[in-house]
Amino acid sequence: MIRSHRKILSLSSIALFATLAFAATVHSHWDHVPAKDRARSNPLTGQPQAVAAGALVYSDHCAECHKADARGDGHKRPSLRSDHVRSATDGDLEWFLRQGDLAHGMPSWSSLPIEQRWQLVAYLKSIQ
Amino acid sequence: MPHNPLKRALPAAVWLTLVLATLTLCFTPAAGAQEKPYFVTYSHDLEEPGNLDVETKTALAQPGGSTRYGATALEFEYGVRAWWTSELYLDGQATAQDSTIFTGFRIENRVRPLMRDHIVNPVLYVEYENTSGADKTILEVVGHDSQSDLAEPNGESRREHQHEAELKLILSSNVRDWNISENFISEKNLGHDPWEFGYAIGAARPLRGAAASRSCTFCADKFIAGAEAYGGLGNTAALTLRDTSHYIAPLIGWQLPKGLRVSFSPGFGLTSTSLARVYRVGVAYEFNQIGNWFHPANGGAQ
Repeated sequence: MIRSHRKILSLSSIALFATLAFAATVHSHWDHVPAKDRARSNPLTGQPQAVAAGALVYSDHCAECHKADARGDGHKRPSLRSDHVRSATDGDLEWFLRQGDLAHGMPSWSSLPIEQRWQLVAYLKSIQ
Repeated sequence: MPHNPLKRALPAAVWLTLVLATLTLCFTPAAGAQEKPYFVTYSHDLEEPGNLDVETKTALAQPGGSTRYGATALEFEYGVRAWWTSELYLDGQATAQDSTIFTGFRIENRVRPLMRDHIVNPVLYVEYENTSGADKTILEVVGHDSQSDLAEPNGESRREHQHEAELKLILSSNVRDWNISENFISEKNLGHDPWEFGYAIGAARPLRGAAASRSCTFCADKFIAGAEAYGGLGNTAALTLRDTSHYIAPLIGWQLPKGLRVSFSPGFGLTSTSLARVYRVGVAYEFNQIGNWFHPANGGAQ
């Protein structure tokens, strides 16, 4: 009986450890965004003109890869109507647009004026 | 009837620019990019992966004691990766009361070694140049480059062959809506000459940061203005500013609909060895994702 309890306890401990270890490796797509950037909110939130302008910025710079409907190509160019984007804060998205992901083909858009990046964020949030 | 050398020198370069602009407008899909209107300075902006940017950069000038010329560099810029851009230039020029000639080619690569955006972003630039001495595009100024180099008749200057390697360290920052870029240039004629050095610095920003909420051609956010300065810094044999050329040039760039860009810059020489004035005109068009054109899934070549 005692041996059985010990076995259960051991198995439980291993399961708990494995769960914790797995949880530590499964992190959010946005975990590497600095806290101060993540906390930033879009100063253009609630402005319909910002969404309209963001749609034009998207059309000029993003649609060629992510497609006009923002659903990507199903391969290397991901859909922007996704859980990743839905789970992102405004600050996460602005940071990612500024940084890009050069190693994986996403250019940095730091050359766009900050207002246009926020307009783009407003548009991306509006299509979720 | 008074002779006008400008009329004879300009047609080849200007017509090439106009024909290319017309062809690209007529036969290509729309595209867009946020490019700085620099002619000599490079920023850390690279071509988007898979895109091909075709641009003509034309320099119009008259060296002291010589006739006017127009020199055009036809530039093909391809985004190999988000961190790597490759370019091919084809150069030519037309000189009044002289001839119109092809002057050579250049192949260059620009690589961003750091994958994140920083306050200062370095880009490494490597170029091989195979041009003749008649090249007058002035895409960089190094060593003791002088306006007298541009005054020789084409028949003489084209006999000189320049096989050159050029290395640049590009440092570039985006501060608020401004781009500020500094280029440190070193160039070596692979035959015999010493290393030559030069610089280019530039700053530019859009006239308005926020995009308009409707499509427009003349909105302020479609225009980028700035200035660049560039010049020679001597060579390893004479690392001095004496007899070097330096220029300062205001810039204006205009992003037109359908991905066409036009830029203009009047440059002013600052030393006696510099050209008094050099006018530059750029016309560019970006072809979207050209790799996809040949992909079977997109109806391209099988």
